[in-house]
Amino acid sequence: MSTDTAFTTDDTTKEPRRIGRRLFLISAALVGGGVAVGAGYVTLKHNKNKNFVLPSPDNGGASFGAWLTIDGQGLVTAYCPHQEMGQGIMSLAASLVAEELDANPAQMRMAQAPVTPAYANALMVLDGLPFKDDDHGMVATATRGAMRHVVEAIGINGTGGSTGTRNIVDGVQRAAASARSMLLEAACRKLNVPVGELTVAMGVIQHAASNRTLNFGDVATDAGKLAPREATLKPRSAYRMLGSTGMQRLDVPSKVDGSAQFGSDIRLPGQLYAAIKHAPVFGGSVQAVTFADKTPQIKATVQGTNFIAVVGTSWYAAKQYLDLAKVTWNDGPLAALSSADIFARYAQALADNKGDVFETRGERAKPVAGGKDVTADYRVPFLAHATMEPMNCTVFLRDQNGVPACDVWVGNQSPIVMKWMLADVAGVESDKLTIHTPMLGGGFGRRIELDVMNEAIEIAKAVRGTPVQTLWSREEDMQHDVYRPAAMARFSAQLGANGLPTRMLAHLAGPSVSTQFMKRTMNLGGGMPDRTSVDGVVSLPYALPNLEVKQTLVDTGIPVGFWRSVGHSQNAFFVECFIDECAAAAGQDPMAYRLALLRANTGNAHAQRCIKVLEAAAAKSGWGQPLAQVPGAKVGRGIALAESFRSIVAEVAEVVVGPGDAIRVRRVVAAVDCGFAIDPVNVVAQLRSGVHFGLTAALYGRIDIDKGRVKQSNFTDYRMVKLADAPRVDVVIVNSDAALGGIGEVGTPPIAPAVANAIRAATGRAVRELPLTA
Amino acid sequence: MQFTLNGRKADVQSDASTPLLWVLRDELNLTGTKFGCGVMACGACTVHVDGQAQRSCLLPVSAVAGKSITTIEGLSADRSHALQKAWIKHQVPQCGYCQSGFLMAASALLASKPKPSDDDIDAALTNICRCGTYDAMRAAIHDAAGAQA
Repeated sequence: MSTDTAFTTDDTTKEPRRIGRRLFLISAALVGGGVAVGAGYVTLKHNKNKNFVLPSPDNGGASFGAWLTIDGQGLVTAYCPHQEMGQGIMSLAASLVAEELDANPAQMRMAQAPVTPAYANALMVLDGLPFKDDDHGMVATATRGAMRHVVEAIGINGTGGSTGTRNIVDGVQRAAASARSMLLEAACRKLNVPVGELTVAMGVIQHAASNRTLNFGDVATDAGKLAPREATLKPRSAYRMLGSTGMQRLDVPSKVDGSAQFGSDIRLPGQLYAAIKHAPVFGGSVQAVTFADKTPQIKATVQGTNFIAVVGTSWYAAKQYLDLAKVTWNDGPLAALSSADIFARYAQALADNKGDVFETRGERAKPVAGGKDVTADYRVPFLAHATMEPMNCTVFLRDQNGVPACDVWVGNQSPIVMKWMLADVAGVESDKLTIHTPMLGGGFGRRIELDVMNEAIEIAKAVRGTPVQTLWSREEDMQHDVYRPAAMARFSAQLGANGLPTRMLAHLAGPSVSTQFMKRTMNLGGGMPDRTSVDGVVSLPYALPNLEVKQTLVDTGIPVGFWRSVGHSQNAFFVECFIDECAAAAGQDPMAYRLALLRANTGNAHAQRCIKVLEAAAAKSGWGQPLAQVPGAKVGRGIALAESFRSIVAEVAEVVVGPGDAIRVRRVVAAVDCGFAIDPVNVVAQLRSGVHFGLTAALYGRIDIDKGRVKQSNFTDYRMVKLADAPRVDVVIVNSDAALGGIGEVGTPPIAPAVANAIRAATGRAVRELPLTA
Repeated sequence: MQFTLNGRKADVQSDASTPLLWVLRDELNLTGTKFGCGVMACGACTVHVDGQAQRSCLLPVSAVAGKSITTIEGLSADRSHALQKAWIKHQVPQCGYCQSGFLMAASALLASKPKPSDDDIDAALTNICRCGTYDAMRAAIHDAAGAQA
């Protein structure tokens, strides 16, 4: 059972918030252990959601259901319910629309969808259920089906789990195909010709026989009056744009001239700025604070439960004044906690050898006579998100004609959860809380949290009637994050005569991200097994005839959250380093070893796809061919394979070790099977992004806890890979007939083990711990 | 405090010790220059001071009195700088937050070294990108360098 988390919002001393049935269902759904509650809880909302229609454009034209509008000038706006944090999802929605409509890319626009339950993201929830992906048995199917109904009725949505594209593609394509059909019908009435004589290309409807053309803008209004219909989607073979290189993201131009607006760029008339300082020890609170004499620039000071803040006419002035405050903190129960304590508790959990069993195959306890034993313990540290844009939130809380109203501008990863949870905090009715989502300067899972908004609303109360932007310093951002968990793992295997494992045991120890998230976001209890803790260790595509995977929940109070690729980020390191150690013990090449493990898993469709991906990475990286040597150093290649978020990625890293302790990653090859690469240029970009994100962590990333607080504070002591130490990253796309997989996170899990395995290949020394540099 | 900003005279009221970054963002509402760390470690705040790349988060506005400042907003009127065109062609930005700083650092580099080597680029561009756009960025810089007269 988890211990109580010490990371709380400043609501803990107040009356519990009214928790409706909806939130109970969300808890069950998100923690992934619940079985769907009876259909009686799910009421009328389900039908209402399906019929949502966007408001019509102001300048003529029409809206075409929930996903697109076409205005009188022929501008086509694709509405996306996912937030843009660099993954390109909003532009992807526009591309999907453009292809089905046969629009000109130049007439496409992208916009955030309204915040309504109509845009439910069932995948985020379904992906977290504790069933294997290939489990199509009755219980799994029934649960998934029922949960989908529940989720769609509630309307929960968010941007995470690399689900965006998969979530929207069907709805968007159907809506655009229907709109195209409606445009053509309107055109054929206008031109008085049979619809079969019309063609569409690049936003122009043409009747070749009479040499007449119409633009979308000419017929959009008429088309909008027709009934939506089921229209045939384009087969991939007919795509003019999707699947080919040369697609250009709609958000790129504004990101090269400084005009793209991030949360911290919001500027409202009369806006004030707030600087904030949190209790340095996790779980601590403010005991007493004395502020200096106010200067004219300072408008308010705020004493929260676990923070103090200053509101002024500029952020810099507020920050300077805040730094002068004399604060006494109640450090609370975690004041003596250190990383050494945390790892000691994990080690004890491994020694106790208990835990929740998430997967078994065959007979896990059965020893094999004469087999070689391989055992290894691994550990990884806490990691910060370190989004390039520090945390910030702009709130305008006021009374409008005597009625409280609140507008919030913030980079977030779930506007609808914000709407549900923050109306009470702001003291407004839900329909008087408006969420505005700008571009996000990085998300990585940090911006799904509500702490930033909760505090910004408390601060806004001090200057009610005036907008205020709360902005965190980098130090606050780094020290008051929700971290990728530190974790330990113990793996053991017995190898058979052919060197492959006949038996494998995996035991993981660490906290539960989902449990903590539900508690602090919605104040709901957990204690159910958290599937994200074992993602990347369960459902391995390798032939492992006797297997047990178990996890012991150890929560020490350090706040943990969703960090790009979540459980895969640490578990791929454990698994793929261990597979390499088994290969080394068997005296076999790590690539050949993996291929043998996959081939032995006959009949497993995933294994076949994995083989293709591995072979593609091997071919592109020159696996097996001599490596360019470096005087005074050792050079090695390492391989790692990870399936995450329905995509399969294999990475080969080429690493130069030495002179001394120096480690340089010279080159990375990533091969990815995401089913079908809708925008190949962006798929390459996202894979490179995932690689660099994971590489920075593998080489340098560590958040150390000392006396209950984070030691690191800025990029000066939380080092990042830069151009000079960035490897060249080549990406090979392996298209398959599989269903679409995600791309935003999938490049991250394999890079740490690929680099670690390269180091082992170069030096003979197995890597058991991250980061790789001191 | 007076200085030239993107070719025009600027006259600001902020205290002399206020870093240029905050004068730009909070007094002048020019938000293209970004705040990333406040200790000159990330480069998101890079501007040009008399043509040289300079991180602005710790640069007191008094230090630029009488000087010529260029921000990302002044790099071109219409995304026509060779680097901006190359950035679009190579689809460099992802989240985009670091990109103003990189473009200002890269444009200062190209102004002084029209055909930089990879080592020149590594030495000049020590900014941080959390989205890992480094591969596309390097290609775009070489492309822009080739395109410049």
